[in-house]
Amino acid sequence: MLSSILPGLSTLAKRGLAGWLIIIGAIFVAAIVVMTAISPWIVPYNPTEIPSSPKILAQPSTQHLFGTNDLGQDVFSRVLSGGGVMLQVSILSVIVCLAIGVPLGLFASYAGGATDRVVGLLMDSIYAFPGLVLAIAIAAMLGRGVVNMALSIAVVYIPSYFRVIRSQVLSIKEMSYIEAANAVGAKNRTILTRYILPNIVPSIVVVATVNFADAILTAAGLTFIGLGVPVTIPDWGQDLTNGQRLLTSGAWWVITFPGIMIILLALGFTLMGEGLSETLNPRLEQ
Amino acid sequence: MSPVPGRKSKLNETEIIRVEHLKKYFPVEKGFLERLLTRTKKYVKAVDDASFSVQRGEVFTLAGESGCGKSTTGKLILRLVSPTSGRVFFNQTDITDMSKEAFRLCRRRLQIIFQDPYASLNPRMKIGRAVGHPLEIHGLAKGAEEKERVVEILQRVGLTPPEQFMGLYPYQLSGGQRQRAAMARALILAPEFIVADEPVSMIDVSLRTTIIDLMLELRKDLGLTYLFITHDLAIAKYISDRIAIMYLGKIVEMGEKQEIFSNPIHPYTQALMVAIPVPNPKRKRTSSELKGEVPSAINIPSGCRFHTRCPYAEEKCKEAEPELIAVKPGHLVACHRTQE
Amino acid sequence: MSGENREKPHLLTVNNLTVEYWARRGRIRAVEDVSFSLDKGETLGVVGESGSGKSTLGLSLIHLVPYPGRIINGTIILEGQAVLKLGKEKTRDLRGRRVSYVFQDPMTSLNPVERIKDHFVELIRTHEPKVTKADAITRAKKLFKDVGIQPERIDDYPHQLSGGMRQRVMIALALALDPSIVIADEPTTALDVIVQAKILDLLKTLQDRYGMALMLITHDLSIVLERSDKIIVMYAGRIVERAPSSTLYAQTQHPYSQGLLKSIPNIELAEQKLTAIGGSPPDLLHPPIGCRFWPRCPYIMEICKIKEPPLFETSVDHLVRCHLYRGEKAS
Repeated sequence: MLSSILPGLSTLAKRGLAGWLIIIGAIFVAAIVVMTAISPWIVPYNPTEIPSSPKILAQPSTQHLFGTNDLGQDVFSRVLSGGGVMLQVSILSVIVCLAIGVPLGLFASYAGGATDRVVGLLMDSIYAFPGLVLAIAIAAMLGRGVVNMALSIAVVYIPSYFRVIRSQVLSIKEMSYIEAANAVGAKNRTILTRYILPNIVPSIVVVATVNFADAILTAAGLTFIGLGVPVTIPDWGQDLTNGQRLLTSGAWWVITFPGIMIILLALGFTLMGEGLSETLNPRLEQ
Repeated sequence: MSPVPGRKSKLNETEIIRVEHLKKYFPVEKGFLERLLTRTKKYVKAVDDASFSVQRGEVFTLAGESGCGKSTTGKLILRLVSPTSGRVFFNQTDITDMSKEAFRLCRRRLQIIFQDPYASLNPRMKIGRAVGHPLEIHGLAKGAEEKERVVEILQRVGLTPPEQFMGLYPYQLSGGQRQRAAMARALILAPEFIVADEPVSMIDVSLRTTIIDLMLELRKDLGLTYLFITHDLAIAKYISDRIAIMYLGKIVEMGEKQEIFSNPIHPYTQALMVAIPVPNPKRKRTSSELKGEVPSAINIPSGCRFHTRCPYAEEKCKEAEPELIAVKPGHLVACHRTQE
Repeated sequence: MSGENREKPHLLTVNNLTVEYWARRGRIRAVEDVSFSLDKGETLGVVGESGSGKSTLGLSLIHLVPYPGRIINGTIILEGQAVLKLGKEKTRDLRGRRVSYVFQDPMTSLNPVERIKDHFVELIRTHEPKVTKADAITRAKKLFKDVGIQPERIDDYPHQLSGGMRQRVMIALALALDPSIVIADEPTTALDVIVQAKILDLLKTLQDRYGMALMLITHDLSIVLERSDKIIVMYAGRIVERAPSSTLYAQTQHPYSQGLLKSIPNIELAEQKLTAIGGSPPDLLHPPIGCRFWPRCPYIMEICKIKEPPLFETSVDHLVRCHLYRGEKAS
């Protein structure tokens, strides 16, 4: 696998800044994924267990690299293993969005007319809400947990996919090669899947990467107001919530390190998105 | 062609396409207020009562400036656009109202080549798949057999070695090569009739004849008939057998190529002929006496639509629209002057 | 070239102009070693197809080659002044006032949110700040008369005008400051044939009236043969033939020019057999060694693949870059 990745990387690097953005972003994300995955084997302390004789709010030291929180838990261990929730929520929300938003966007905008207007209206009304507020409302209705967080984020994000896909489909619809496909007798289904969809994939990818980044931040926000996961699961979002409270007592390390990780993860996706949008679009304009 | 229900009309065995009183009006989208305040609907009358027939094996050209309706007419014949009124006959069968399913069979026989070689190929499909796709769509061939037919057709249009071109994406081909690929796609279903919509206007001048000559060669080898659409009368003269000049959606003159070029009767045709640049420094230029510009197709002038610019316009030209009538056998003109 | 020094100086003299682009994939010589002259009242036709460098040539004359292109060699002398050595102020003065440029696409060359009259006011007052707005508009209306647009249209926005009218507006703007040279880059490509003829007639009329020199850049050989005094044929950035129009027509010497002439349909001829030029347009990133045209030339000789031919002077004012004429003296 590595032998196929390396040539790919070098092609990317040749694309200049955009390629590097993708590489760096991907490294961030990959590193965090790997870190989270192997965390059970490398954590110095159990991240969720509350020790019997807790060392509360210990400053960072050689024993506790990132210090401890108010329950005596080792922040470093929590940082290593706390990315799981964020990753799961963002991946799940993207999957839901793709599964619903892409077909919806394709069919509605290709069909045009009343269908397009109605669906568009629905999408616009969702889009009009401030994202976080809507996500909170939906999550409050659905309850806590990874799946519910993902769903509420997905609902908020589907209109973005719809808009992007719609504008692409509308412009592609007018191209001669679509007319040519019609002239040759292709059915609408074929045109959508073989002619239109492959040409909008770049824009979908870009929206998806922004979706990832946004989902992470929204998940943190949802956790902050108590709509996250139970405390038995290590989660950076929880640490943010907790740490914010503790700032006043001077324990800056509880919030800072998880906070940095969240930012790095979101940044990683954002960089990839930027780089992808640079590389994918110009190539087609040859 | 499998028997399909449709009206049989006057029998003319050599006629492959006939168009009767074809009209295409596009409604103009009005702003919200305008819709509230005005009752009348406005239309872009892209094609306004066009009638002609195309004989098997000929190159019939629709010529005219931009906006005259020639491209729309081509698309109407292929039912890529649906007519506002009028009829289209293919091999004496009325295809205007045929069901979509039934017409799908006809589509194999009626194909089109577009103007823009950069836009007429799916950027995400390799040439081999794009050219072979029509076969899959109609269930005619798959896999190895499809590949064989693709290779054969690529050979025919001069994209050799075919195996190499099959694996390329459109962006890796030049304009002329892309146009050949588009032709291959149109030809793989063994059509009888091809609409060529400005097929060379976006190709380098010195390469145009390769495409044109290829088209003529294919006509001979495959028994094709062309409806050639162009604004370039010089190319029209080179390739056509018969030619129809269009202005604002109507045919104003029609006939054999030699006749039209040596004896243009309609004032618009005459103005076009005078305006064509000729590669000869010694040529005496006469400037055009044509006034004004082409009116908008939303507000077509009354009577003869050309009267606003015609140097010979009279009272009756403002009142009545002239019919397209033969002034001699095979040469039709729509002008009051010829009809006193 | 040497003989011309004895006569009075030309309005414009270009010597050994070379323009290079640094693209991501490599270096491109868009224009290489181009030399020619232009006199008052003369029409020069520059003809070439994709990759010929003709548009880059036009832009270099007003020192407006877009990044990543750069003029790396050559001189441009306009009315005795070296254009490439002018400072920023003087270069701005040059553009629009001494040399004006009519761009190809009238659709996108006008600012859609500005009325036509504002285009003129801006242009005139940038170069002549003392002129009042009212005077600028009066001048513009007079120019409208010259180009055949009703003066009331000056209050319109560009989208309210047809393509032909917009091109006339571009021409009026080009003349507003009484330039010595008007460069028209594909002025009629986006236009229909009747409007095209009228625009070209208009340019000729204005030329007769105001005496400016005209450079017609186009891919349409018919237009330049009909309407220019002399012609430069470009291929892959080089001049391959230069001659007065009647000479080029009567004695087309370079194989590319011959091929071009034989590939365009002439409606005055009864029966015509057209032939295309074989091969594809030149790849400027990897140009062939030797003559740039040899892969497509029907008359290649061994020397063509090795050494690029210089310009040979086959008769007065007739230069050809081809080894077939190596018996003549090199320019």
